[in-house]
This record gives sequence, structure tokens and C-alpha cells, in this order.
Amino acid sequence: MDFRELTPVEIERLAAIVGPEHVLTGDHIPDDYSRDELGDLRRRPSVVVEPGSAAEISRIMAFASEHVIPVTVRGSGTGLCGGCVPERGGILLLTTRLNRILEIDTDNLTATVEPGVILLDFQEEVERLGLLYAPDPGERSATIGGNVSTNAGGMRAVKYGVTRDHVLGLEVVLPTGEIVRLGGKTVKNSSGYSLLHLVIGSEGTLGIITKIIVKLLPRPQRTVTLLVPFPSLSRAIGTVPKMIKSRYIPQSMEFMEREVMLHAEEYLGKAFPHTSAPAYLLLRFDGETREDLKQAYDRVAQICLEEGAEDVLIADTVDRQASLWDARAVLLEALKASGEMDEADVVVPPRAIAAFVDYTKELEGRFGLRIRSFGHAGDGNVHVYIMRGDLDETTWKRRKDELLRALYAKGRELGGQISGEHGIGAAKRQYLIEALEPPVLELQRRIKAAFDPLHILNPGKVI
Amino acid sequence: MHFVVCIKQVPEGTEVDIDPETGVLRREGADAKLNVYDTHALEAAVRLKEELGGTVTAVSMGPPQAEAVLREALMLGADSGYLLSDRVFAGADTLATSYTLAEAIRRLPPFDVIFCGMQTTDGDTAQVGPGIAELLNIPHVSYVTRIREMRAGAIAVDADTGYGIQTLRVKLPCLVTVTRAANQPRLPSYRLKQRTKDQPVTVWTSRHLAGADRSRFGLRGSPTQVERIFPPDRPTTRQMLAGTPDELSAGLIDRLREWRFL
Repeated sequence: MDFRELTPVEIERLAAIVGPEHVLTGDHIPDDYSRDELGDLRRRPSVVVEPGSAAEISRIMAFASEHVIPVTVRGSGTGLCGGCVPERGGILLLTTRLNRILEIDTDNLTATVEPGVILLDFQEEVERLGLLYAPDPGERSATIGGNVSTNAGGMRAVKYGVTRDHVLGLEVVLPTGEIVRLGGKTVKNSSGYSLLHLVIGSEGTLGIITKIIVKLLPRPQRTVTLLVPFPSLSRAIGTVPKMIKSRYIPQSMEFMEREVMLHAEEYLGKAFPHTSAPAYLLLRFDGETREDLKQAYDRVAQICLEEGAEDVLIADTVDRQASLWDARAVLLEALKASGEMDEADVVVPPRAIAAFVDYTKELEGRFGLRIRSFGHAGDGNVHVYIMRGDLDETTWKRRKDELLRALYAKGRELGGQISGEHGIGAAKRQYLIEALEPPVLELQRRIKAAFDPLHILNPGKVI
Repeated sequence: MHFVVCIKQVPEGTEVDIDPETGVLRREGADAKLNVYDTHALEAAVRLKEELGGTVTAVSMGPPQAEAVLREALMLGADSGYLLSDRVFAGADTLATSYTLAEAIRRLPPFDVIFCGMQTTDGDTAQVGPGIAELLNIPHVSYVTRIREMRAGAIAVDADTGYGIQTLRVKLPCLVTVTRAANQPRLPSYRLKQRTKDQPVTVWTSRHLAGADRSRFGLRGSPTQVERIFPPDRPTTRQMLAGTPDELSAGLIDRLREWRFL
């Protein structure tokens, strides 16, 4: 599909659906709407609409189908792969007005929310009721709709799984404008192909999510965090499989290197409790009593010391835990502040993570690019940031592309996938297409065509 | 060098929980922790010990379960812990608390600096540190935001006067109370926990303070009577501004003018 500008008449038709005050055109469209968080890809939409209901979205889609207008959905725009960038212009559809928590059902332990609800607001509301929405993607200003669309993971995945594992049902507007319900409040479901799970992670290419039913859990009463300094990153990460075998699985297992920590310190203007070690593991345990937690962290602390950790530092109060997790939360922002970069979000089997991270070190030397990485040690998802430094545009693009290819090839060799949680969007599309087995790619394209034969939903993304 | 650090066990949680009927702090049920300001006091002492050599002694007054914060002090680099625990000490106000701590410190080996947190998170009086210094007749500096250096029989510190920062050199021995700006405290070490798990915390009762004036301990020695404790009102009025960045900044300027900040 080619780039599509809307005619004034078409824009009027949209205004009639959503109300003229919810339509932006031309110079009134803020620059932010042409990009996402990483900002490498930029494309301005022809028109921005902000519908207030599924019914309005249904009418917009019927109209867009009739006139073959591309529609790209955008939540908070915190993605990292260009998923919400309107590559072919057309309509940019914001979910921001659909931001109500419709129900928290404490009998069924479910919540029903609209897609524009901000993750942080939702988590706070749920936790206030003594419950937990377990997925915990780092970017808490993202919308739940965005989380579902990318199947976001986050730090608690090692214990609780990813967004997909917590979505029970969706209401979706199909490209033709029909509104369908997939899944529901049931715990089990063996009723035909799971279209629900096709839509989860589909990055706005199959349908527009207008309602989400998620699973809730009782909130663990307590948490304790261990900061474990190691003499090297491979030692740190090499310890992880041994911990996973110990049956005391932390809620979160993050790894960080010293230099990245120093960026975070500078960014926050606040000292980190320990910075002299080359690498760290950050482990958070949850449980009901202090004794449970002590037992768990005692065993894990011993494993760490046996594996060569310098010490194990115990953050057992709210303040102390905040001093660690506040720093972890800004790592990406801090790196971004230090210069232009690109990212990879490869996931490998947990056992292979040390080999993968060692390989990134090797690539640094081979391509003459600085690489910073941190990520989820427990679930094998590594965020690799390639720093541009002072390279000129052409050299940077070329070296980066070669480096990424090498990285993805290594990931595949180790049994991994291109994206663990950020999604494919536009940025990783080519790499995905190259990586998929041809019959699998063909099936994926047929699925896309089955949902969206006109290819109007988020064209140019995923496959 | 000998550094003494006064520490206290306080209820966990950021909100003070007060019984609305009796106006008394609810301590039961709540988890206890080391007063957060005291973690900064300990850190200041341990850093000086690491730089200059010497020992750090942590002292606390409280019920037997307050031993936990002294164990924690050992995990943070203190060399020994003393718990002043006796029914006679109970019900102490800040004066009686200062007296009891001062009497205990007199009976320790001679010290160079006493560090205290600027206040506790349960009482918020900020009186005990200076009280100890007065009773021991040594100089003190409160609200210290930075320890500059310690040499030639004096310590140089920055103190927040509320109007500015004052840099002072104080002759040893002296007492310093620190703010949270003074340092970033380290975290309790699991290695030190293992290393000190068989090390006893010394418990002193009033008998160990022989020669002190018993009438100045505890409730008897406390002229202050708490009439009522209540959490301060928190105005929760807030306005949310919405719009484009230009509208937001214009709206904010309007509000600031309206409130006469501009």
C-alpha cells in the first residue's frame, strides 16, 4: 500500500463519527505522533482521531475499509520498534480516551479495562485492593492495550510469565468494523482456534483492541531484594541457572553492568548503594512472611557466594528496595541520555544467556561499536543497546546493521527469538522475515490476510 | 579512632500509624526496622573507620527485640553492639533517653565522634542527639549534610541551617547528627551477617549503669507528657491541567500568578 493522504471530505466524515474536537490535521498534529520512544522511524499521519468508544472505532474501520485507508493504532507511544508509527500515513487512531477501568471482579479475580488505561494507574488500583496484575513491563507509562499488542514481558516474567499469560479475553474491532469478543472470564478454554492469542502480540495488524479482560492474583505481602556484586558479567549470569534449579525462584532477576549503573547514577543524580563491582544481579523475592523470604534468599545467597559473588547485599525495607529499583527503572532513559543508540531485544533459552552476552562482548571489538546490555537474567531476555558514539550516519547504519545480523544469527543458533518483549514493529521486520522458516512466514501472511484482506491495519509492520 | 553510633528501632512504613482513640503510636503488629536516618549515621561512621582505622560501636535503647537493629548494624560494618534494655528505661521522653544513652556512652571506651541520625521517623523530635552532647558536655553539630574530613583532632562538616549551608570544624570529641543528604548508605551484607551471627550483642540494664541517677531513667525521669499525637492534615486539593504543551505552560503560569508566586 502506498502512502495515503486523506481528502478534506474524508476528514469531515471522520469528524462526524468522533466529533470535530477529536480530530487533528496538518500542523495541529504534534510531532510526537510521528514517532515512538526510540524515535528512529518518523512518519506523520494524515489525520489523528481520538475515538471515545468501540462503536466509534467500528464506524471508523467500516469507513476506512470502504475507502482503503491505512489505520495505525497508538497508545502512549512508548514502543521501541516503530510499531505505532503510521508508515503509510492515513489515520492514526489514539486509544487515549478509552482509559477506564471498567470492572475489578474480586470473585473471579479478573479486571476488565479499556486499552488506553495506563499500566501504572492500573497496577496501583489493583494493588490497593490487595491484588496483583503480574506482568510488569519496565515502561509503566505504557497503555495496557500497548502491552497486549506487543505481548510485553517485563521483570516478573521469570516467575509469573508475560502479558499473554494474563489475558483472558478481548473485545476487538475487525478491519471491516465488526466488533467481536474473544475468550472471556473463564480460567479454561478449549473451544476452537485461539484467535485471542493471535491478536495478543499482533501489534495492531489484525484488529483494534477495545476491551481487555485480565487475570489477577492475590498480592504477595512482602518483597525483599538482593543486590549481588560479581567480579564479571559472565560469572553473574552463569549463576542464574543454578538459582532457578534451587526451587526458590525470585520474582525478578535482572542483570546490570557497572558502566550502565554509573549512567543511571548520573541520570538520577543519586548515588547507588554499591558501584565498585563490574557486574550485578538484582533479585527480588516475594512471599507472605519474613521467614519465607529469609529462607528463600538465604539459599540463593549461598549459591551466589559459592559461584564467586563478592557479597550479597540485602535490601529489606521499602527505602532500600527503592534505592535499587529506582535506578533499574531509569537504565534505558539514562542510556538514551548518553547518546544515540539502537536496540535489540533478543531472547534465548535461560541456559544460553551467558553465551549470548559473552558474544555481544566479542561483537563490540569486531565492529568497533560500544554495546551496553542489561536485562532479564532469569528469562533469557537481553536488551542490547548499540551506541552510535561519534560515527557518521553511513558508517553507523552499516556497522549497526551488520552487528544486528550477527546478533540475531547467534540468537537463533542458541535457540532464541528476535524479540522477547518489545515486538517487531517496523524496525525488526526485515530480520524477522529472514529468520522465519518459509512455510511459517507464509502461514503468518495468510493469517494477516484472513483478518485484514485489504491490508489497512498498520501496514508495513511485523511481517 | 572510636566512633559511637546511636540507633533506634522504629515501626516500618512511611505513614505513622496512630490510634485515634488513645493518640498513642501503634507499634504492635507493625514491622520494625532501623530508623532510616540512623543508616546514614552508621554509614558516616563506617566510612571514617574505613579511611582512618578504628572501631564503630552501635548503641540502642529499647525492648529486647531491638537487638535486631544492632544485628543489622553489625551487617553494616559496626564492630560491636550495645542494647540498653530494662523496664526502668521504659516510657522515656527525649530527655530521659538522652540521659540513659549518655550514661552508657560514658562507660564505653573513650570516643572521638558520636553519630546520630538527625531524628527518628517515629518521634521526629531531633532532640536526642543534641541532648546526649549537652549531657556529655561536648560540642555538637546538627543536620549535617556532608562530612568533609577528619584530621588533627577535629572534624569538618557541612550543616544545613535551614537558611544555608554552614561549614564547621569541630574539635573532638564531639557529636554529629546527619541528614539523609550526608551519604548513600550501604546495604546490609550477607557475608557480615554470617560472620557476626555468633557474636553477642551486649545487653546493659540499669545495673550496668551503676552510679547513674536512677530517678532520671524512663517514665520517672521524663518531664514531658504527650498530650495527643495526630497526623498532620494533608491538603489533597489538586488540579490537573490538560492540553498541548503550550496550553499547559500558559495554564501553569496563570496559576502561579493567581497564587502570587509570580
